[in-house]
Amino acid sequence: MRLHLEEEIRRIKENLLMMASLTDRSLSQAIRALVGRDDQLAAQVEADDTQLDSLQVAIDEGVVMFIAKQRPVATDLRLVMVALKIAGDLERVGDQAVSIARAAIQLNREVPLEMPADMSRLATISVEMVREAIACFVEGTPERVPALVQRDKEADAINRKLFSELIARMEADPSIIRRAVHLLLVVRRLERVADHAKSIAEEVYYLGKAVDIRHAHPKPTLPRGDVSAETPPAG
Amino acid sequence: MEKDATGVQGPGGGDAGGDPIISVRGLDFFYGPLQVLSDISLEIPRNLVTALIGPSGCGKSTLLRCFNRMNDFNGDARLARGSIRVGGVDINGPDVDPIELRRRVGMVFQKSNPFPKSIYENVAYGLRIGGVRRKSALDEAVERSLRNAALWDEVKDRLGDSALALSGGQQQRMCIARAIAVEPDIILMDEPCSGLDPQATMRIEELIQELKEQFTIVIVTHNMQQASRCSDLTAFLHLGRLVEFAETMRIFTNPSEKRTEDYITGRFG
Repeated sequence: MRLHLEEEIRRIKENLLMMASLTDRSLSQAIRALVGRDDQLAAQVEADDTQLDSLQVAIDEGVVMFIAKQRPVATDLRLVMVALKIAGDLERVGDQAVSIARAAIQLNREVPLEMPADMSRLATISVEMVREAIACFVEGTPERVPALVQRDKEADAINRKLFSELIARMEADPSIIRRAVHLLLVVRRLERVADHAKSIAEEVYYLGKAVDIRHAHPKPTLPRGDVSAETPPAG
Repeated sequence: MEKDATGVQGPGGGDAGGDPIISVRGLDFFYGPLQVLSDISLEIPRNLVTALIGPSGCGKSTLLRCFNRMNDFNGDARLARGSIRVGGVDINGPDVDPIELRRRVGMVFQKSNPFPKSIYENVAYGLRIGGVRRKSALDEAVERSLRNAALWDEVKDRLGDSALALSGGQQQRMCIARAIAVEPDIILMDEPCSGLDPQATMRIEELIQELKEQFTIVIVTHNMQQASRCSDLTAFLHLGRLVEFAETMRIFTNPSEKRTEDYITGRFG
């Protein structure tokens, strides 16, 4: 019985990791398509999205079957609940990648508009946050989550700065409005990617420590000195 | 394990502790030369359902039977150290009458054990032993007990029929009615659903929820789902030792001890 249980857990984890890997690839490709004005790459991102959707359905079905057959408790229960939520977040990250790819295709039909310098920083942060959140899940290191949650604030700040900057540019030169609006939407998508990464990280924290920090104020803080130390949540 | 300064483990992780009706301290218990319980200390609060879980041979049924001295019937059984207090009284003290103790601490067994008598006589049995003779008092107690055991509607028209004619689930509920007829403070249940089908099991579990309004219930079960469904507190025993005692919700979502986690997730036992 336990062998079946381990096998089903392994399959759910495997699908989740496959989904994470595809999401990472789609997001990176969407950003490359935007920066490199590559229509073909952008179209590829859109085409690949069905794979992500199928994997999410497979994970959902796997979890439902697992709960019905194995009646999981404790860590097993938290794992499958978290798998459902992480799959949902990854699917949404995939959707954001598709939206960025579509914006890239739109922008490629226009005269190039110089991107704000911070856009690349925001893209880097968002991609790194998703990778770090998945790494925390794979390696079982919830103690790294507080730093990741903190990083989302950086993404929010850049988002606000880019919004002001692009609005100011549109006010100064109304001829760029159409292109700038597309960029604004991309900025918004990247910021949402960071939000999903944060959400995945919070689920990883719950998985490891059985503490829900989603609405905790203040969030668990980074330990001083020893970054590997266990950090009790505050608030 | 959460222990107070005296080493007694209360149900950790919440405010379900309350006023203990059973208090066990430093209990060592033997069958002949074999030690089956070691240094058990715990406090069971009133009007809650406490489940004792653990692999076969862990001592959970022995511990349950200590609470009303059912082990006295085993000549090899011996309490070597420690104390058990029920309602503040040391139940192994020289002045304690075991029969009176068992009236206050009733028991329902794994296999229903109806006497070869009518349903009415089965339920009235303990009252008659206790000296109740007046028919109206017996009638009233039988009806009340059968109603509390959720059996009245099914048997009210055939109280004179043999209890042996009842189904397995009905027999077990009748045994519960017999246990509560004498108005105990505590009901001990030793795997009360082990021989029942899912429907009958569900009725007993619902009944347990209703009965805890009036009684303290301690249940031994091998069924993890049953423990998680119908108990407020869960104590996990392993190799005769109390490993963890906490709110059931906590035990089944985030146990403190690795051995508890391994057992409830089926990794051993």
